[in-house]
Amino acid sequence: MKHILSALVLNKPGVLAHVAGMFAARAFNIDSLAVGRTDDPTLSRMTIVVVGDDRVVEQVRKQLAKLVSIVKVQDFAGQDMVARDLMLISIACPAEKRPEILALVEMFQAKVVDIGSKFVMVEVSGPENKVEAFIEACRQYGIKNMVRTGTVAMARQTQARTEGIADNSK
Amino acid sequence: MASKKQTQSTAVETKTGSQVLVDTLVEQGVDTLFGYLGGVVLPFFDKLYDSPIRVVIPRHEQGGCHMADAYARSTGKVGVVVATSGPGATNLTTGLATAMMDSVPLVALTCQVRTDLIGNDAFQAADTAGITRPITKHNVIVKDPNDLARTIREAFYIAATGRPGPVLVDIPVDMQIAQIPVTPAAPIELPGYRIRDRGHARQIASAAEAINASQRPVLYVGGGVISGNASEALRLFAKKANIPVTMTLLGLGAYDQNEPGSLDMLGMHGTAYANFAVQECDLLISVGARFDDRVTGKIQTFAPHAKIIHIDLDPASIAKNIAVDIPVVGNAKQVLADLAEKAEHRPRKEWFDRIADWKKRHPLRYDTKTDTIKPQYVIEEIWRQTKGRAIIVTGVGQHQMWTAQFYKFNKPRQFITSGGLGTMGFGLPAAIGAQVANPDALVVDIDGDSSFNMTLTEISTAVMYNLPVKVCILNNGCMGMVRQWQELFYGRRYSCSSLENPDFARIAEAFGAVGVRADKKQEVPEVITAMLAEKRPCVVDFHVDPEENVWPMVPAGKSLHEMDGLDIFEMA
Repeated sequence: MKHILSALVLNKPGVLAHVAGMFAARAFNIDSLAVGRTDDPTLSRMTIVVVGDDRVVEQVRKQLAKLVSIVKVQDFAGQDMVARDLMLISIACPAEKRPEILALVEMFQAKVVDIGSKFVMVEVSGPENKVEAFIEACRQYGIKNMVRTGTVAMARQTQARTEGIADNSK
Repeated sequence: MASKKQTQSTAVETKTGSQVLVDTLVEQGVDTLFGYLGGVVLPFFDKLYDSPIRVVIPRHEQGGCHMADAYARSTGKVGVVVATSGPGATNLTTGLATAMMDSVPLVALTCQVRTDLIGNDAFQAADTAGITRPITKHNVIVKDPNDLARTIREAFYIAATGRPGPVLVDIPVDMQIAQIPVTPAAPIELPGYRIRDRGHARQIASAAEAINASQRPVLYVGGGVISGNASEALRLFAKKANIPVTMTLLGLGAYDQNEPGSLDMLGMHGTAYANFAVQECDLLISVGARFDDRVTGKIQTFAPHAKIIHIDLDPASIAKNIAVDIPVVGNAKQVLADLAEKAEHRPRKEWFDRIADWKKRHPLRYDTKTDTIKPQYVIEEIWRQTKGRAIIVTGVGQHQMWTAQFYKFNKPRQFITSGGLGTMGFGLPAAIGAQVANPDALVVDIDGDSSFNMTLTEISTAVMYNLPVKVCILNNGCMGMVRQWQELFYGRRYSCSSLENPDFARIAEAFGAVGVRADKKQEVPEVITAMLAEKRPCVVDFHVDPEENVWPMVPAGKSLHEMDGLDIFEMA
């Protein structure tokens, strides 16, 4: 099963190496890893997606928490949270295919960020499965290049969901 | 560096980084360090020259690291080892990994090339932090001289607290030379480092309930009881709750083996009665142990009838190798004291009778009738003549297992051995470290010929510092444990396992130590008597039966009760 772990880490050199090294040394697999700064300049946030049974993931969480440079680790499994991936994808797009592809972009609430006579570059964000679905939908046209961030995630603060903030991109 | 304006107005006191380093070590209570010189560590050693810290120079950095390790294991204080950049630092790696696996509090200070040369493949440069990351509890490279003192304080704190371990601080030479303002020590702030001392009350309550309900409990204790200074708490708890105790290799000394409740060591070469008791118990209480494969045998059939209580300071240790029914995260001493309060005495007569029967039927044994020197006999004789009170150190292999079996330990920090990593060559340098830390104690290294060969150059260190360590080589002319496996599992094909040894007694003499050789069984007692009376470092080369095996043995992958060698004497 896929688990999303969110780790608050000290923003110091060598921390990423500690994390990556621990994963390698203990034979855990990282599905994706996204690192970025937080509002506190002394801290960074790592979002790590790992695949494994509950026992393995619990070990991963504990081993992460044990690293001195990791302040806090949270496993989002079973929690109400928002998880998002960002992708840039360049699709082969001759003029006659443009309307079709643009309709697809519209449907996925994606964004065209560059366009040429033979291609279109699109920015897609959303839950991982949406991004995957967009890739599948584009295959028939030909994918020239693509790049994805790892998943980033945040727990919802409230249980109450209004229409406005509902996760309608699922 | 203090700005010009500051210097003029307030005259801030400054010191060199190397002086700050030395001062901080003194402030941390360091009285001894083990260190080897080199180019970039010169500024530091220059300041050591005038300091109260005693410096012991090993002959190889690995030796120095094992010395600091044994200094720590035998005292409970943090051991300190210093090495230069590049090869100095890489030579520490075996020692660091040894300390890491056995949770030994160590601070390793390595020096590094100038900050601006890092990454340029400079002379004697190596990525020490990168190399040592998986074999240290924590490591850090100092890039700002103002961080020096704080980093050292944090290193000592991290090494000594929680589950102890080695911490490495890499210090570029420009950090040592820099003039830095002296600032008062600030409280340590490590937001990512928390220790849970006290077990959760609810977990303790359910553990106590399980203990009081148990008919056939066993305490299975490891090195955590020793490093956590919990031996007395263990004794009181085991006595009050009336529970037999088995120990891991690193746990030996945590519980007095002369007590009737001691089941001695369990595991691959543990006693039959310990292994049978674990396999038949209905409750296994693990304290400061980690369900290592050498302890459990086949994990699926380990303690098959038991509910498991796992008490450990390190949450990551719990449920790592085995599913646990009642985990308790906390300090062994505190948790055992809390449990003792709630535990009720149960007679458990049937259980103790059963254990007594196993003890009677399957004691540890060896053939006492042969003419050859049996290694177990040498160990028993050392035990007898030292009245069980020596600090015993070993290398790794058959001699280590026999020592664990035949020397009966009665107090913590008395047995110093490389358990987790199984580092051959640990014995002699560790004996030196233990002797430095305990100048009045009798320190005996029971070693194997192959183990001893790896680090024997340190005899020179023992001679230089006039340390009366005793080395007893159980010389069988081969890598005994490997030979045993080849005999049992590789059809007696002794591929590359025998060595041509030098004359160890003459080597010792050449180094300036006392060297003795013993070939006859009848000379063993007097040779040991003479060795123990010796004031100089002393090496005794016992030529023992080369074909002796360690029994009993749980072959790798078998369950603990499937021991070989139990009936070996009945057959003979």
